[in-house]
Amino acid sequence: MKLLELLGYYNYWVFAVVLTVGLYAVIRKRNLIKKLIGLSIFQSAVFLLYITMDKVEGGTAPIIQKGVPDQVFSNPLPQVLILTAIVVGVSTLALGLAMVVRIKESYGTIEEHEILGAD
Amino acid sequence: MTFMEHLPALQVVVPMLSAPLIVLLQPRGLAWAGATAAGLASFAIAIALAMAVLDGQTQVYAMGGWAAPYGIALEVDAFSALVLLLVTGAGAAALLAARVSVDRQIEPERQPLFYAAWLLGLAGLAGIVVSADAFNIFVFMEISSLASYILIAGGPDRRALPAVFKYLIMGTIGATFYLIGVGLIYMMTGTLNLADMQARIGDVVALNPILVAAGFITIGLALKAAVFPLHVWLPNAYTHAPHMVTVFLAACATKVALYVLIRFDSMVFQDRLSDHEFQFTLFALPLAVLGILVASSVAMFEGHLKRLLATSSVAQIGYILLGASFVSEAGITASAMHMFNHALAKGGLFLAVACLAFHFRDLRLSELGGAARRMPLTCAALVVCGLSLIGVPGTAGFISKWLLITAALESGLWGWSLVAVILVSSLMAVVYIWRIVEALYFQQASAEGDTSFAEAPLQLLLVTWAVALLNIFFGLFPHLPLALANGSAALLVGGAP
Amino acid sequence: MIYVFALFLLTLLVITAVAIVRTENLFVAVMLTSIFSLLMAANFFILDAADVALTEAAVGAGVTTVIFLSALALTGDWEKPRPGGRTVALGTVGVLAMLLIYASFDKPRLGDPEAPVHQHVAPWYLEKTPEYMDIPNVVTAILSSFRGYDTLGEVFVVFAACIGVLFILGVKPARQTAAAPQPVSGLRHHLIPQVVGRLLVPFIVLFGLYVQFHGEYGPGGGFQAGAIIATGVILYALLEGEAEALRAVPRSVLLALVVGGALLYGAVGVVCMLKGGAFLDYSVLAADPVFGQQLGILVIEAGVGMAVCGALLSIFHAFAARESMT
Repeated sequence: MKLLELLGYYNYWVFAVVLTVGLYAVIRKRNLIKKLIGLSIFQSAVFLLYITMDKVEGGTAPIIQKGVPDQVFSNPLPQVLILTAIVVGVSTLALGLAMVVRIKESYGTIEEHEILGAD
Repeated sequence: MTFMEHLPALQVVVPMLSAPLIVLLQPRGLAWAGATAAGLASFAIAIALAMAVLDGQTQVYAMGGWAAPYGIALEVDAFSALVLLLVTGAGAAALLAARVSVDRQIEPERQPLFYAAWLLGLAGLAGIVVSADAFNIFVFMEISSLASYILIAGGPDRRALPAVFKYLIMGTIGATFYLIGVGLIYMMTGTLNLADMQARIGDVVALNPILVAAGFITIGLALKAAVFPLHVWLPNAYTHAPHMVTVFLAACATKVALYVLIRFDSMVFQDRLSDHEFQFTLFALPLAVLGILVASSVAMFEGHLKRLLATSSVAQIGYILLGASFVSEAGITASAMHMFNHALAKGGLFLAVACLAFHFRDLRLSELGGAARRMPLTCAALVVCGLSLIGVPGTAGFISKWLLITAALESGLWGWSLVAVILVSSLMAVVYIWRIVEALYFQQASAEGDTSFAEAPLQLLLVTWAVALLNIFFGLFPHLPLALANGSAALLVGGAP
Repeated sequence: MIYVFALFLLTLLVITAVAIVRTENLFVAVMLTSIFSLLMAANFFILDAADVALTEAAVGAGVTTVIFLSALALTGDWEKPRPGGRTVALGTVGVLAMLLIYASFDKPRLGDPEAPVHQHVAPWYLEKTPEYMDIPNVVTAILSSFRGYDTLGEVFVVFAACIGVLFILGVKPARQTAAAPQPVSGLRHHLIPQVVGRLLVPFIVLFGLYVQFHGEYGPGGGFQAGAIIATGVILYALLEGEAEALRAVPRSVLLALVVGGALLYGAVGVVCMLKGGAFLDYSVLAADPVFGQQLGILVIEAGVGMAVCGALLSIFHAFAARESMT
């Protein structure tokens, strides 16, 4: 199972890289929508971190079938946590977008430097 | 189960479930009345809880009947009771005073949503404080954050929007950092319950993930708590928020994040990681000192009343962190006391600002001339709270500054220089409070300005004075908060389990 | 070999993320975000997280994209390029990446059954779920009972987002255009989307209901169902125009769904208290604790579904209505 081991590291590294890419967009981009897109990538990366740790070798999704002995299940808890986190993510995003819409209406732009220049 | 046993759950459930009901209360005034009733009820619950834990007991509540670590546990001890008191107290007092001010700043048809968001904010903050589960803290942190974004975005000025957007971005990054940290610890310990983490983290052999987790959690919470230099979202957000929202949030929102930081650090990391105390001091102490000095000096030159007070909050967060960074019983006591006293002082100051805003549209210091003649009672309350912020003997602020100095002296080597920092920054506080006093009392009123006597509405003024008097009361009789603060310190560093 | 496929998916994920950040056309970026979510969902599926995959696909790829697009319609498609060096930003995030990769070397091996995550709490859930509530899907059991308080909190996060969007977009736009709003007719004049879409809508809603009530047995539950049904209604709105969708499901109904869902969940908790148990302790709901648990789970899942569906639709309509106002 060498491949699984490599995949293990690869999952974590992809998490790290995607997280970084998202954060880069948040810090660097001045367009507010782009910042939010970056933020949602940033949050998705964390989902990957949690879901990666739930995997058990040879396991299946944690749905118990009666009468089947010796089933191996992957860990259900990180999945529960991420279900919550996904919904939290979309909620934050919706709120952020509503603000962007209002900013566009009152400033006529959604570029950060132009907004700062306007006041 | 008896009613008393249910209190920790009710502390969260009462304001939270009231929020959807408030949305339905469309007729004008009803939404306010409902929200205030819920706010006062949760304040009463907090008082009852504080009385129950005063003798050092911890109230534990197993949500859904599932014992920790399998279910989510709520825990109320002396530290949480103290923070609960100031969260619900600030929420209820601000609500009680809010009606007239909110009527001027929020359109009637949007008010039910506004008050619902307020209650959610209250429930979220209370939920963070009572929770003993790392992930549950994240969920309630998001409830309180979303609610505060909504509340701040209610500000009448368009500048509120970019300010709150920045807060949203930084707040979400903070929360996500916290989530990463919790994930890493969960990965190494297999549990989410704080006490259980504390027990199991000692068995972890590979420490790299734990160290990285400690970093992420500390930075994430520092972002939420507006610790210098991660405070950049705070001044604008507080300045442009509706006045009553500033009262509520400035009094308690950042302190709850600090509460989690202190609790998480001392429960999970300290005495489990080698040299962690030293590292924590190394990280927190310089930030605290820099925050105190830089923010105080910025406040000295700030021209807008609300932003001046908001900037001073960053310095006050520095004091709280400074106390915590000593990792000693005296330090934590000072921290906890300063949380309480600063909430009183800053809450009172912002209440007075809300009063002033009734007759002064522009809150720049240069425009406030003649305020003392028009609104003598408001200005007097403002001065009382200002004295408490400086730490003049006889006010609540003095108690915590004194404790802080004592703790600094105990901390050894750098003790005297830290005392110097505290004294210098107190002098700076004298300067910026004096600038406000000068503007209110001695500045010439602008020529066309109305100079007749015109106090703020009675309801608002009464609450403002009540808070101002509490500043003096707790300066003379600090027994209750002091008992809770001592209890907290004993729990967190005193070796109690 | 499924793991080779996983490597491939993960690589695509990184490429997509970079492409999203690099493109200056926001429309393209949003579409790529949707693809990013789908890739993520596929990846979750490979890692045995069926429930999460379903949610990510419905919420991430579906609802999020629609909300993004309706915001884009109000704010414009292009971002302005930012001149100058990117060293500082790259430096900051570079340090972060290094830190995380450093931490990864001490992590337990992927899939190692001996890893601490799989030792302490998790086996207890797998072992006790049949005993305490006798439902097959352990994820649902944890979500709605063992950690039901988290889920309650989550419903209130959604509720907060909903009232927040209504509150923030509740302000009348400053510049009312004099021209009468042109009738929004959606894609009614495009034949193919209309025919295909009309066929799809009932099936989507039906599937949503299935996911809602089958959540204890297979992957699914309130969140997924709420999101799927909301997607179905949004599709209807895209086809027939927003006004038509509002006629089918009016705003007041949506608000009632959100408030009702949140209150339903809370009320179950309060009833448990009144019956002598802890908050959200469903065992006391019926004489047989196992049946009580099942009953509680069924009711709160319905509450979650109502709240999520109502909230997502309210948010969508708040954005869409703004479009016809300005």
